[in-house]
Amino acid sequence: MNLFEFIKGNWREVLTATGEHLFLVLVSIAVAIIIGIPLGILVARRAAWKRATLGVAGVLQTVPSLALFGLLIPLPLFGGIGARTAIIALVLYALLPLIRNTVTGLEGVDKNVREAAVAMGMRERQILWQVELPLALNVILAGVRVATVVSVGVATIAAAIGAGGLGAYIFRGLRQNDNTLVLAGALPAALLALLADWLLGLLESRLDANVKRRGETTSDERGRAWRRVGFVATALLLAAAALVVWRGAATQPTPGADGRTHAPIRVGSKDFTESIILAEMLAQELEARGATVERRYELGGNLCHDALLGAQIDAYPEYTGTSFTAILKHQPLSDARAVYETVKRDYAGRFKVDVSAPLGFSNDFAILVRGSDARSLNLRTISDAASHAPGWRAGFGQDFMSRADGYQGFTRAYQLQFAARPREMDLSLTYRALAAREVDIIAGNSTDGLIAALDLVQLEDDRHYFPPYEAVFLTRRDALERPSALAAALQRLAGLITTDEMRLLNYEVDGKKRAIPDVVREWRRNEGL
Amino acid sequence: MSTAPPFVQFDNVSYGLPGAARPIISDLNLEIFRGETLVLLGESGCGKTTTLRLVNRMLLPTAGRVLVEGKPTSAWDAIALRRSMGYVIQEAGLFPHFNVERNIALVPTLEGWTRARVRERVREMLALVGLDPQTFGARFPRELSGGQRQRVGVARALAADPHLLLMDEPFGALDPLTRAALQNEFAQLRARLEKTVIFVTHDVREALRLATRIALMREGRIVLLATPEEFMRTAEPLARAYLETLRLDDNAPPPAAKQVG
Repeated sequence: MNLFEFIKGNWREVLTATGEHLFLVLVSIAVAIIIGIPLGILVARRAAWKRATLGVAGVLQTVPSLALFGLLIPLPLFGGIGARTAIIALVLYALLPLIRNTVTGLEGVDKNVREAAVAMGMRERQILWQVELPLALNVILAGVRVATVVSVGVATIAAAIGAGGLGAYIFRGLRQNDNTLVLAGALPAALLALLADWLLGLLESRLDANVKRRGETTSDERGRAWRRVGFVATALLLAAAALVVWRGAATQPTPGADGRTHAPIRVGSKDFTESIILAEMLAQELEARGATVERRYELGGNLCHDALLGAQIDAYPEYTGTSFTAILKHQPLSDARAVYETVKRDYAGRFKVDVSAPLGFSNDFAILVRGSDARSLNLRTISDAASHAPGWRAGFGQDFMSRADGYQGFTRAYQLQFAARPREMDLSLTYRALAAREVDIIAGNSTDGLIAALDLVQLEDDRHYFPPYEAVFLTRRDALERPSALAAALQRLAGLITTDEMRLLNYEVDGKKRAIPDVVREWRRNEGL
Repeated sequence: MSTAPPFVQFDNVSYGLPGAARPIISDLNLEIFRGETLVLLGESGCGKTTTLRLVNRMLLPTAGRVLVEGKPTSAWDAIALRRSMGYVIQEAGLFPHFNVERNIALVPTLEGWTRARVRERVREMLALVGLDPQTFGARFPRELSGGQRQRVGVARALAADPHLLLMDEPFGALDPLTRAALQNEFAQLRARLEKTVIFVTHDVREALRLATRIALMREGRIVLLATPEEFMRTAEPLARAYLETLRLDDNAPPPAAKQVG
């Protein structure tokens, strides 16, 4: 499917994403202007404050955007997931150009002009509003322009914390190795940036007080009229954009037929295909039972956990091994029963979170080799492969390299020695690298659809090093206690999905590029749900 | 000289920046009377501009008092004091985003004059400095020549009809012909309007041409206070050095109606 066909088929969704994007940018720029310009005015004449303020704003801007989002999430008032956190981060990024340009603009006002203004008996406030700000306006506007263009770019990252926008396409496209999707996000974002740059550039040259000539307008009145037209047009444009976005984003809970308000059940997911499929299974099951569902998918890192505890989502799919090591910080354990029981007990006690019955499959780390190698070398277990390792190159995802139950313990448990230090790369790329013979062994996920598609073989963990990663749903207690379809839906899904089935579903999405809701609907039909 | 009280009086005034080795102004005593044009003459850094800025309270003395109409500047409201005086600086300091009319109308507008009265006054002032209101009123400063800008600067300073004019090298950046023309016009204007003027320059010819008295300054002190006639005859070494430059300048005619040494 090419980009044109994609946009033609999904224009409503692309438009909504563009609207969300615009909303993030406009709100954050407006807030940044309200904070940044007065701050710039305040510090422009105080050398010490100026250095400190610009220093702090400068440091803020050097923090990588994903890291800044990550740092904000756990904060009580500013944190959490969704648009608010994204806007706060965007505001922090926009501050530097605004403050710096305000200061530069004010400092650039001709010393003689300021001196004359003081000597004429103008008050400080009059000098600021009638002389300094008009003369600094084009420099300040240039700051607004830079801040806006930067925000359009940074706002794509906001998708990682569930704020929506065009970044959602980019992330999804990268994950599914689908350039059309990446472009569907990147192209409108680039167009938005160009448009913002052009419009603000126009405004800037219109309002530049320093290059006023009588020749441009036949009278002062006419000049003022033009300026007014410019302001009104800009204001209208912004208002219209905000309105469109507002209406697009208004998916507030609606009163039920009986007049009571049914709070929607908010289902979250992590930012990879399998997690989204599982979340969608729950969502569709809930909807089949008449519940209203709000989908908050594709939350990066451990965001789901934070969002669940922060009552921003009600349920999400998790793996017992992840909870056991990454959240509860236990040492890896290979007994599936013990892991499940410990997680269930600790979550109930520490977080008031309920762990559902296992869904039926595990998504363990899978040590994979090419099918041809497995057959010619007669490899069945990891121990079988240990003697070949010194001649092999390994490729592992960042996750596997860093986690407690990952690379280090793995090589120790099997006393593996590779030809070179493993190549650390994006997980989805390791499969292709293995198939293309650029590496000889990788650590994938046991339910990955690519395993069958690329003729890869999973070696058995004969020393039981890897902890079990059984799929479960985590649900907040108070969400379960509300009268809703949630408990029944979870019960219905228990034990329903086998590893092979999960592999197949993953492949339908990642391999055949089908839409997740369609794949899940089809699965429900086949299961007779 | 005069039995009337001085309009501006410097009473043992010093001004210095904290930590500086030498004050910019030291123990200055000076009386300026109604209707006279006092020229502060000296090299850059001698303190003449600082002296001017002490008059309209852009600076306050670190010691001593500056009295305007008998009242110390520290007791004046700074805004009211400044609006009661006209101020003209080099390059005029016109607001580049205001046209000529709005520049001239500045102080009357700040003072809350009615629009009609302001407009009338602006026309009057433009005519006074020899600029046609029809042609120049709507122009912006960068559309004017240096001389025209300076005329607008003078018109702006006079707009609210102040009695005292403070002028800081107003003609310093102009070419010699324009400067001479403006000096002459200014001398006539001043005679007609009966203003008191404090005028800063480093050009001895300008001082001799415009001053009723010259205060020659060096290193923050007045070394000679004299009428132009007295200045021409003095034995004060710095004044002699200034007069020497006039004689060395072949193209320069001797100062009007004065006999050199």
